Amino acid sequence: MKIDLTDTTAGEINKALTEGRRAIGTPAVGMVLTLVIVTDEENAYDALRAATDASREHPSRTLVVIRRVSRTPRDRTTSRLDAEVRVGADAGAGETVVLRLYGEVSDHADSVVLPLLLPDAPVVVWWPVDAPLDPAEDPLGALAQRRVTDTYAAEQPVRELAARAETYAPGDTDLAWTRITPWRSMLAAALDQVDCEVRSVEVEGEEFNPSCELLAMWLADRLGVPVQRSLSSGPGLTAVRMETTCGPVVLDRADGSLANLSIQGQPGRAVALQRRDTAELIAEELRRLDPDDTYAAALRYGVERLSAGAEAVATLDGVPAGPTEKAADKAAEDEAVAEVAVAESEAGTEEGEAERPTPNSLARKAASK
Amino acid sequence: MSPLNGSGANPLRDPADRRLPRIAGPSGLVIFGVTGDLSRKKLMPAVYDLANRGLLPPGFSLVGFARRDWEDEDFAQVVHDAVKEHARTPFREEVWQQLIQGMRFVQGTFDDDEAFERLRSTIDELDKQQGTGGNFAFYLSVPPGAFPVVIQQLKKSGLADQSKGSWRRAVIEKPFGHDLKSAEELNKVVHEVFEPDQVFRIDHYLGKETVQNILALRFANTMFEPIWNRSYVDHVQITMAEDIGIGGRAGYYDGIGAARDVIQNHLLQLLALTAMEEPSSFGADALAREKTKVLGAVRLPKDLGADTVRGQYAAGWQGGEKVIGYLQEDGIDPESKTDTYAALKLEIDNRRWAGVPFYLRTGKRLGRRVTEIAVVFQRAPHSPFDHTATEELGQNAIVIRVQPDEGITVRFGSKVPGTSMEIRDVSMDFAYGESFTESSPEAYERLILDVLLGDANLFPRTEEVELSWKILDPVEEYWDEHGRPAQYKSGTWGPAEADEMLARDGRSWRRP
Repeated sequence: MKIDLTDTTAGEINKALTEGRRAIGTPAVGMVLTLVIVTDEENAYDALRAATDASREHPSRTLVVIRRVSRTPRDRTTSRLDAEVRVGADAGAGETVVLRLYGEVSDHADSVVLPLLLPDAPVVVWWPVDAPLDPAEDPLGALAQRRVTDTYAAEQPVRELAARAETYAPGDTDLAWTRITPWRSMLAAALDQVDCEVRSVEVEGEEFNPSCELLAMWLADRLGVPVQRSLSSGPGLTAVRMETTCGPVVLDRADGSLANLSIQGQPGRAVALQRRDTAELIAEELRRLDPDDTYAAALRYGVERLSAGAEAVATLDGVPAGPTEKAADKAAEDEAVAEVAVAESEAGTEEGEAERPTPNSLARKAASK
Repeated sequence: MSPLNGSGANPLRDPADRRLPRIAGPSGLVIFGVTGDLSRKKLMPAVYDLANRGLLPPGFSLVGFARRDWEDEDFAQVVHDAVKEHARTPFREEVWQQLIQGMRFVQGTFDDDEAFERLRSTIDELDKQQGTGGNFAFYLSVPPGAFPVVIQQLKKSGLADQSKGSWRRAVIEKPFGHDLKSAEELNKVVHEVFEPDQVFRIDHYLGKETVQNILALRFANTMFEPIWNRSYVDHVQITMAEDIGIGGRAGYYDGIGAARDVIQNHLLQLLALTAMEEPSSFGADALAREKTKVLGAVRLPKDLGADTVRGQYAAGWQGGEKVIGYLQEDGIDPESKTDTYAALKLEIDNRRWAGVPFYLRTGKRLGRRVTEIAVVFQRAPHSPFDHTATEELGQNAIVIRVQPDEGITVRFGSKVPGTSMEIRDVSMDFAYGESFTESSPEAYERLILDVLLGDANLFPRTEEVELSWKILDPVEEYWDEHGRPAQYKSGTWGPAEADEMLARDGRSWRRP
């Protein structure tokens, strides 16, 4: 059932939700969270479809916030809120409200969303594209326990990762991180099967895919060994090679679905590592709503500390600088982190310490700069 | 550099990293009686579903053992068909490709030494080819009569021996004997070969989400436990009803009956979880300790004639279908005294439950298929409302629905809208299907994974099995010597005697 409301308010939308539920005969039970999707008109359809699929596992109220572009000064000063309320079969296992914000109200989306949150249930905000620089400080992000961004959709994913590390707050998470859960779990399982030390790691994957960097940073953080990021033509991640004291352990996925795990002295084994669609990623993301400390640690390891292969250096530095000031700011921040890292590691060698600086101390120092 | 070893110091593993699922370590599963129904409908699909969820280790191996003259490919085909038909998750080719590499079939009978020798070499070969590391679980999906033979063969061929750092486990299915004596014998046979911690007894009810949720409901919340005792609870009803008859199981069922088939294991386990004290941890030992304690405190009624009822379904109409009675079923002795319905009144002799009856009932060809635990509370000691206002008010109840439609219902009184004061029962519902749709794994998935992980807290132990028989044996003996089962019409909620049994206590059965 669909109810269209034009030039409306949150109060009327709430009334429409109640009426819609009465009309189809089901009370508002069992919904476990409110999912707020902040997006533009172009990406709203796909995002909503993924959320609806995911709602079969996590029945939720989905609020889609679409900020409409105002093209004239007159548009910008007037303000209007349109809403489309969907309950029952049209909304998966939950209810959906699509909010279109015109003019001034689009700067105050939180005032529309706040009254529509489910009582006493967690809130998740998801930006499929154009996530704010600091999700936790964003007015909508501040309403949420969990803030989902996607660096894969960013113009300059690697820079974006460095920026995310700067602004990380507990509850932040990244779909680029969610994408690598099967890889991480398989790599952990692979190391369960051998009894030796890892010396170095190489992570290979397509360009502009931050999942590769995140995986590399996670490995570097957990293993404490140099990790090299190298490029391939994809799809996605293609291989992880670990040099260990008992020979190489390689997880290799050329076709994006069936991987091969080879361990020195053991026969090669096929491992299913299908690339997952957005609905599955969102479903995984909604499964736990507590801060993901492992993600934080990996992110804070610092993308610039990965030793890059010759081509990969190009990704980091060779990307044409962003046209906006913001990108320049970010680049400056990157340098700051990099400087600290270099300084730290130099200091370390001088004192003859083999220990690397901890990611946390690094981030703190960068912040104090 | 970080030192690695296979035993948990893996630097990529971190308890705080909750995204990484509990993946079983390198291992394989050997299924005896792999051509059976259980294996095709439950075990094979569960293995696939586990693989599809990424919970099986790379190189996981599945070995089938049966008399059929099959090659590995034939076996793989059977698994393939079973998975396509019965698996919970969608079929994905790449998952299948991963599984098929570790599939083997060993042809042979249980008394054939050579076959077990072949099984042994298959396992050794898998260790080399698939890296299973000598870790194998043996799933005995075989008739109870074949248990001792298989167990002895496993011993003889050295398959039960755990070499350094690897494990061997035995998984056995009910029935765990048919009375205390036979259960003890069976345990003796099993424990001669396997240590107690190597043996996993499957009670698939315990793998169900709702059953595990009983513990969460009771011990993770504060609002239920304070009233979970004799001061507030009037009585407890535990029901497991089936709408089907015995089907093709005449050979197994006749002489066993509903009480041995269901009450001894499933219902007494549900009773134990409902009534037990809080365990000191969710670990296997602590749980078993509390369950054993409460099962040990269960007391049978003094008058077994009055407080137990058994019945047999008679011809009738079940859900719009004409069905025959138990005595008319194929392969059943027309004089059979086997119970297809059984109801018991039990009490628990401890401070928490003294004087609170637990009514257990199970039966075939009842109204509908349902399993539930209903905790029925006492009426309010004093009501400020006059009699007419509360005429329609029943007793408060918390109902844990185990299957189907897993969930919890709370029943309480509420004012009927209108000018007069009238109070009527309403229910508040929590449905697993609503709050956590689709993610509930099948019981067998959970249990097989637990076996591979060596996590024993959802498996009943020897002592629990023996205690359950101690509760049931006197009832069965009494039934053997006195009278015949009452007949009840198919499609109803059991014999009139069962209703009378509760009516004498001033209570009545819930209609589940």
